Amino acid sequence: MWQQQQFDCIVVGGGPAGTTFAQVASRGGLSVLVLEKDRDIGMPVRCGEAISDKGLRYFHDPDPRWIQSTIDRIKLTAPNGTEIEFDLNDKGYILDRRIFDYDLAHMAVQEGAMVVTKAYVNGLIIDNDMVCGVKGNYLNTPFEIQAKFVIGADGVESRVGRWGGLRTQVKLKDMESGIQKTVSGIEVQSNKFEFYLSREWAPGGYLWVFPKGNKSANIGLAISGYYAKEGKSAQKFLDEFLQWKYPECSVLTTVVGGIPVDKTLKCMVADGLMLVGDAAHTVNPMTGGGISSGMMSGMAAAETAIELLHNKKEPTRANLNSYEKKWRKLRGKKHEKYYRIKEAIFRFDDDDLNRIADGIAAVKEEDRSLRKLFSIAVSKKPTLLIDVMRLFTGL
Amino acid sequence: MIQIEGNKCDFCGCCVGVCPVDCIEVMESIIEIDDEICIDCDLCVFICPIDVLSSVATATI
Ligand SMILES: Cc1cc2nc3c(=O)[nH]c(=O)nc-3n(C[C@H](O)[C@H](O)[C@H](O)COP(=O)(O)OP(=O)(O)OC[C@H]3O[C@@H](n4cnc5c(N)ncnc54)[C@H](O)[C@@H]3O)c2cc1C
Ligand code: SF4
Ligand code: SF4
Repeated sequence: MWQQQQFDCIVVGGGPAGTTFAQVASRGGLSVLVLEKDRDIGMPVRCGEAISDKGLRYFHDPDPRWIQSTIDRIKLTAPNGTEIEFDLNDKGYILDRRIFDYDLAHMAVQEGAMVVTKAYVNGLIIDNDMVCGVKGNYLNTPFEIQAKFVIGADGVESRVGRWGGLRTQVKLKDMESGIQKTVSGIEVQSNKFEFYLSREWAPGGYLWVFPKGNKSANIGLAISGYYAKEGKSAQKFLDEFLQWKYPECSVLTTVVGGIPVDKTLKCMVADGLMLVGDAAHTVNPMTGGGISSGMMSGMAAAETAIELLHNKKEPTRANLNSYEKKWRKLRGKKHEKYYRIKEAIFRFDDDDLNRIADGIAAVKEEDRSLRKLFSIAVSKKPTLLIDVMRLFTGL
Repeated sequence: MIQIEGNKCDFCGCCVGVCPVDCIEVMESIIEIDDEICIDCDLCVFICPIDVLSSVATATI
């Protein structure tokens, strides 16, 4: 029984970040236990399920069973209804995360990891300031298990980090309050990501329509906590949109969730503990996409765990530092830039967005180079230049 | 004090992520708030996407 065993690593949370850690670490010869509190891996799907081809291929060749639609075009709708369309440089997919997450867990098990569902972790075992195991509850029976490392992959809640002394709380303005309905019976083009940008539709965030084939789509939105404070919830915004745009649709699933659109935590590790994925705030703060970046952090943490154990080094904070370094090189630095872009866009009001969209719409699609789009954006909103300067100088 | 409305909660953990004192616990299909630790900052009320939480005044003696 797993309750009586000892493991090199215990992973709290069976999302893509946790199972990627488990797969890579097990392949590297470590014994890994994944504890997931829900009864199913991959359910409920709290996600728009969009991923780029590049982001997915970094880890796996796309399996047709994971792909609900392939996307090669984007449509943006401005507050005044102006629509802008363009082709994507890199194609994207809408995944079926029920199958994708399940397969990731399955791959980890095939490499030797053990996955347990309905296992709720409610505390850490700490000895001399070193995290060396977890406490929890499985089917109403308490358990305590020791391990050389604990991996906090517990998503937006990130309590494992807090118990280990890390500051994982997300500031209200950097938390997006999200809701999504999977709807059926609507006319939607199966090769297009659609985004709606306006403070009226989704203040401090955006609204998305991601096609899933067969006249169905994930329609969702996220609003910044900064605006949520004004008292109108994400649900009210989405219900209004659906009533206006798709009054006849059937809603097959509703999910909600928080998206930490923050810079990655300054400190992702403590003695005996590493945080990965949403728990470490690895989401791309500009787009809110966190599947591939979460997997990337899981992989980087696993490589560090393998190096330390093979070299018989203690999992001290100083030694785990190499995970933080790897992450910063892979994505962390970029995410700091994306965070500053997010902050700049955040200041756009609907008039700014309309002016920029109208300017871009006047240019023929084949002439829409990035340079051209940028110069239009700046001419329509000169202060954008200041924001962009800030972005590059880091002010 | 924070009141949890009936069985409306979706157990997404978004409120847990913003709580400054870690007094919200979300298990598979149970949510609990420890009133002893709660500091009534209302951040959880603002961020909940589906209006599950509300703040109620507690009587002072
Ligand atoms: C509405 C919405 C739309 C999104 N759309 C997209 C999108 O289109 N594309 C994209 O790339 N990203 C999207 N994201 C973000 C993406 O879903 C996350 O970044 C991604 O799932 C993070 O993976 P993770 O493994 O870090 O965490 P999660 O997938 O959240 O997994 C964490 C797991 O830990 C478990 N857990 C938590 N606490 C405990 C505990 N104490 N004991 C045991 N288990 C525990 C949870 O049950 C959960 O299964 C969206 C998010 C939301 C909310
Ligand atoms: S009111 Fe503040 S302290 Fe109390 S549960 Fe909500 S977020 Fe936590
Ligand atoms: S944010 Fe709302 S739906 Fe999500 S766990 Fe908290 S109370 Fe429940």
